[in-house]
Amino acid sequence: MADPSAAHAQPGHPADPSKRDFLQLVAGAGAVIGAGAIAWSLVDSMNPSKDVLALSSVEVDLAPIPEGQGITVVWQGKPIFVRHRTTAEVKEAEDTPLSALIDPQTDQARVKAGHAIWIVVIGICTHLGCVPLGNKPSDPRGEYGGWFCPCHGSQYDVSGRVRHGPAPLNLALPPYAFESDSKIKIG
Amino acid sequence: MRALRTLLAAGTMAAALLAAPALTPATAEENVPTPPPQNWSFNGIFGSYDLAAAQRGLQVYAEVCSNCHSLNLLHYRDLAGIGLTPAQVKAFASQFTVPQGLDDQGNPKDGPATPADKFRSPFPNEKAARAANNGALPPDLSLIVNAREGHADYIDAILNGYADPPAGFKMQDGMNYNKYFPGHQIAMPQPLHDGQVTYTDGTPTNISQMAHDVVTFLEWAANPEMVERKQMGIRVVLFLVFMTGLTYAVKRKIWSNVH
Amino acid sequence: MAGLTKSDFKNPVVNWIDTRLPIFTMLQKEYGVFPTPRNFNYLWNFGALAMVNLVIMIATGIFLAMNYQPNTLLAFDSVQRIMRDVNFGWLIRYVHQNGASMFFIVTYIHIFRGMYYGSYKAPRELLWMLGVVILLLMMATAFMGYVLPWGQMSYWGATVITNLFSAFPWIGPKIVTLLWGGFAVDQPTLNRFFSLHYLLPFVLVGVIFLHIAALHITGSNNPLGIDVKTPQDTLPFHPYYTIKDSVGICVYLIVFAIFVFFYPNMLGDPNNFIPANPLQTPADIVPEWYFLPYYAILRSVPNKLLGVCLMFASILVLLVLPWLDTSRVRSARFRPIYRQLIWLWVLAVVLLGVCGANKPEGIWVVLSRVATLYYFLHFLVILPLLGKIERPLPLPESISRAVTGKGGGPLPTGAAATMEKP
Repeated sequence: MADPSAAHAQPGHPADPSKRDFLQLVAGAGAVIGAGAIAWSLVDSMNPSKDVLALSSVEVDLAPIPEGQGITVVWQGKPIFVRHRTTAEVKEAEDTPLSALIDPQTDQARVKAGHAIWIVVIGICTHLGCVPLGNKPSDPRGEYGGWFCPCHGSQYDVSGRVRHGPAPLNLALPPYAFESDSKIKIG
Repeated sequence: MRALRTLLAAGTMAAALLAAPALTPATAEENVPTPPPQNWSFNGIFGSYDLAAAQRGLQVYAEVCSNCHSLNLLHYRDLAGIGLTPAQVKAFASQFTVPQGLDDQGNPKDGPATPADKFRSPFPNEKAARAANNGALPPDLSLIVNAREGHADYIDAILNGYADPPAGFKMQDGMNYNKYFPGHQIAMPQPLHDGQVTYTDGTPTNISQMAHDVVTFLEWAANPEMVERKQMGIRVVLFLVFMTGLTYAVKRKIWSNVH
Repeated sequence: MAGLTKSDFKNPVVNWIDTRLPIFTMLQKEYGVFPTPRNFNYLWNFGALAMVNLVIMIATGIFLAMNYQPNTLLAFDSVQRIMRDVNFGWLIRYVHQNGASMFFIVTYIHIFRGMYYGSYKAPRELLWMLGVVILLLMMATAFMGYVLPWGQMSYWGATVITNLFSAFPWIGPKIVTLLWGGFAVDQPTLNRFFSLHYLLPFVLVGVIFLHIAALHITGSNNPLGIDVKTPQDTLPFHPYYTIKDSVGICVYLIVFAIFVFFYPNMLGDPNNFIPANPLQTPADIVPEWYFLPYYAILRSVPNKLLGVCLMFASILVLLVLPWLDTSRVRSARFRPIYRQLIWLWVLAVVLLGVCGANKPEGIWVVLSRVATLYYFLHFLVILPLLGKIERPLPLPESISRAVTGKGGGPLPTGAAATMEKP
């Protein structure tokens, strides 16, 4: 590709190619920086806005949840599973050897100390984002008594740990704290 | 011919200058004085908000204005913009009781506001607001500074402009005389009185000080992005001036073999 | 290589694409080596500036639309949410808002340049007419965009402008009802204006493509208004005019940035910070500055239908401008009388703008009538007659002679007569 300007360069006016190249390089770099700044401001406008980030926390009253059952609450647009585990379930979860787990984690690390009967997880399958079944009494809970994802058959135990693929990770834990023995605050 | 052309060019420019004030037609009702220009902290391209004044203004709004005027576009979390810490924002918000959706029985439920909540509205709806104010609707103050000709100076002048009507001026019932309000009859009774609030920083609480503070607060409420905008603007303009020089140098260089 | 075009590009990837879809050859031809008159002044930047402005408007508009709600209950607050909560939302919105004004500034200067240097004359009549279509589309787009924030001026501007159509007998009220989708400006109106405001810029892109395609057939006019005769009269578009346009773009962006960052609401109306209220009209209804001259023409006539017709005519008259101007000399440089009168016309337009900003009372009525009269007089009487009576100055022999022959005494005479008729 011939330089069209060269064809028109007239004798008697020697251009200094090195200087032009340097100036053009700096100008080009400046244009790229400017265009990048504009593009970033546009793209960043798609990130969560201040009102979305400020979404308030959710308080959950645990008293009405019978043993062995769970409820689903919504926090930041996501389903949160809160389950009241039986003592047998707690024991089973605590006694599961880490070697049997796909994503090894103790049950103690997944509940708040002193409140082991309550398991609170984000109800989104770590495979491809479906909401697993198991919170309603009529739902299938899978072989491990926790949750069962209908999309691709992932199974979770009562600690929300993945026991059967394709999900690679345990159900995530939302940030929450016990306000009293029968009340938690998520977020 | 040349003279005629110059004359025409001058005339065009004069007309354009005339147009500038005409484009923003003043609320020039009969003998309403122009609001006196104030020396605001946010004036000019380097202006920013006097945060102490804005915080005092928040106090004036909360203790005085908010009895009638909403601030619907603001959330308590926005107060970080006038320098409140997250703990202060939380404490400030929790003084107010706001609707918080439904309880388990499906009844509307109230609770202390959180930083994510909107500023509490003094009235549940427009009808209630009118009923409580002699038929007049106290305007929302979120954008009031932008929504009036004269902007901050005008709002400040209104707050300072209450006086006894001149002899022979006929007032309607329930209206109040104000030097700067178009038509001089304003439904809002004089809102500020000397010593009405108590500032924690010991600033005197006369009318003009409180007006100045609350107008600073309202200017921020209407244009919370202003400081960031002006600072970014200075950087952008400097960058563009640099780029103009650079491209002009390249242009000179490229064109040097043409002339 | 049957079926493939020949490509001179060395880069194998570029060459591979180019032989199958010769976009690189086309770009090289139309924007690389494209022969462009060598004597452009900086007024020839404004076409490129308008193009940049359109791209800015479409880019910011798409991102605004991601957060805007075309619903009468939500529109105003959704715009304020963009201003307050969306990342860089205030920047995108202020760029879009002030970008409309910048677009009209740039376009009006572009139009003025065409009028001053006679760019509308043969063989560029169709190019010019496409430009008028672009102006009309821009005006429609700007008007509908101004309605979207749903402030008081949005609402009442929409009401007043749509009511213009009611001036036409019998069919008028039906048109207005159709435009509104109801019996007042309301939810259906807002919703469809949003749809059309999103659509029209892409129609604009299409017409601009035709505008540029036509330009590349006839080639550009130039400050001398004489035709390109030899290759010495031209320069390749790149790098000579790409870099000259870049200088102009930088200066334009400085002006744009000063508005956006320091005076974002200077050209706006305070009333538009008040949410739309269908029961209360603001004391002064004033359109945005770029519509003020047309608004003044509308109000200068006491008869409603005549006023509306005159207003539309004030733009449509531009469509036939190539035939109203009977002079064969393009550039005002060589037309001693036209060179003065074009400024008188500019003065009339500015005066109309000032009249449009003021209440139609007293002196402003008189002035707006005088200016309206002169506006039409210029096109319908002065231009046709002037071409017959004006004695143009001698035209230079060629662009290159005029550019390089400095200090060479008077330019050759009689060139006007030899200027070929297209």
